[in-house]
Amino acid sequence: MLAAILTLGGMGAVAGLGLGFASKRFAVAVDARLEELLGALPGINCGACGFAGCRPCADAINTGAAKVNACPVGGEGTVIALATIMGVEPEASIKQYARIFCTGGVQEARRAFQYQGMDDCNAAVLVSGGGKACVFGCLGLGSCVSACPYDAMYMNENAIPVVIDSRCTGCTLCAPACPKDLIQMIPAVAEVQVLCNSTHKGSEVKKVCTVGCISCDICVKVCPYEAITINAYLAEIDYGKCTNCGLCVAKCPDDTILDFSGVRPRSYILPEPCTGCTLCRDVCPTNAISGELDKLHVVDVEKCIGCYMCKVICPENAVDMRGPGAYGGGVRVQAEPVPNRLTLVQIG
Amino acid sequence: MGSELALIALSAMLVNNFVLARFLGVCPFLGVSRRMDSAVGMSVAVLFVMTVASLATWLVQRLVLTPFGLDYLRTISFILIIAALVQLVEMVVQKSSPVLYQALGIFLPLITTNCAILGVALLVQQKDYGFLQTMTFAVAASVGFGLAMVLLAGLRESLALASVPRSFQGNAIVLVTAGILSLAFMGFSGLVRG
Repeated sequence: MLAAILTLGGMGAVAGLGLGFASKRFAVAVDARLEELLGALPGINCGACGFAGCRPCADAINTGAAKVNACPVGGEGTVIALATIMGVEPEASIKQYARIFCTGGVQEARRAFQYQGMDDCNAAVLVSGGGKACVFGCLGLGSCVSACPYDAMYMNENAIPVVIDSRCTGCTLCAPACPKDLIQMIPAVAEVQVLCNSTHKGSEVKKVCTVGCISCDICVKVCPYEAITINAYLAEIDYGKCTNCGLCVAKCPDDTILDFSGVRPRSYILPEPCTGCTLCRDVCPTNAISGELDKLHVVDVEKCIGCYMCKVICPENAVDMRGPGAYGGGVRVQAEPVPNRLTLVQIG
Repeated sequence: MGSELALIALSAMLVNNFVLARFLGVCPFLGVSRRMDSAVGMSVAVLFVMTVASLATWLVQRLVLTPFGLDYLRTISFILIIAALVQLVEMVVQKSSPVLYQALGIFLPLITTNCAILGVALLVQQKDYGFLQTMTFAVAASVGFGLAMVLLAGLRESLALASVPRSFQGNAIVLVTAGILSLAFMGFSGLVRG
């Protein structure tokens, strides 16, 4: 007994001391910057950067194989922290949010049958497509919500997932959870979205959903920037041209096009610089501006939709945007074009 | 003497192949055999650790356990020795040869407590091998391990291109393949006695 304790204890002590000595003797200075970079990354190993986890990503940034904006999840703070460690100028990573391209919940979309089974969209979709009459529609069982590691999604009472923008990091983990391929990461600057994925004819859509895109062409005609086209019976916004004016949102008969910018500011014409040139009055798509030639023009805040077109056209800089979310002049969106989402949809 | 060593080597390599006949070290066998280069890296790491570990445990047995009559402490003390040794080897390699560390680095901690390593150390004592026999046995066993690894990695790389029935995809087909490979190695039994 005593011999066993002594022998094992002795061997353990020798091994321990030996290892302790060896760790000093053979200490290798690891790159301190790598540890710093790792500390600055979110550390949840989500893989949204394309690397296996945060350590390979830090490694790639350290060796220059990846840029400091490699992490799409951490946001601006992470980019700045990484740039500081690397001693380079921070490059903005494009902030993106998950968007669900269906708003047809319990109230809007017709059901073909009642699905009873596992509470999971990927299981439901195996049973004749999951029960929605529209084959493109959200199944409403919340697989995307379960996939979100940030609690940035919830199912509303209408059984449609809602993204909480303040929490969404654009990590893309929810997208593969959707069996209908309804989720895409959209740059935050593209605030106006056609939230429908149906490439069926308008008459077909009308039968199964009250908020689907019926390809009625109204948005195409109303868009002052020719940013909208109908492609395979589905309106599609070209974000290179779209300025988020919101006209299509106001005119869409089915409320398929939604505006994610929150409360829009309203325009206000400053009395001093206004020369009464009538340019803004004529350009206003909602006839919210009234006024005679050479006289001060007035904006009807009830009619104004905050599209900024009057501000853009005014030669005297007399239009001021007031209210929550107002921003500096000019065309506001310089969005990166997002991939045509029709290519991502499996038709049929 | 020479023919005895050759028999030991043949036996450890083919007839009583550690993975395919003794079913030791199946974890890295299945885990690291997805790609040929990692399989080769693992095999080299095993060769390295197995040789060093059998040497150290053989010395401990001869110098400590047998003289004091503590044979019943064999398993636990061998685990201790092997674990400490692998740590030490990792440190030394990291310091002295960064290239070797890059090649073996990931695999060394993985095989610290591998049953194949411990198996060699214990089998050597069971068979009461001398120094030369021990070394031959260890090297041959690890070469046999490497052979099995490389064979399975090659098969798996071909399997990746084959159309596998849906219910067999993933680990299932790998286990089936490993089983058939093991059956093939059973053909060596009877070649060497013992």
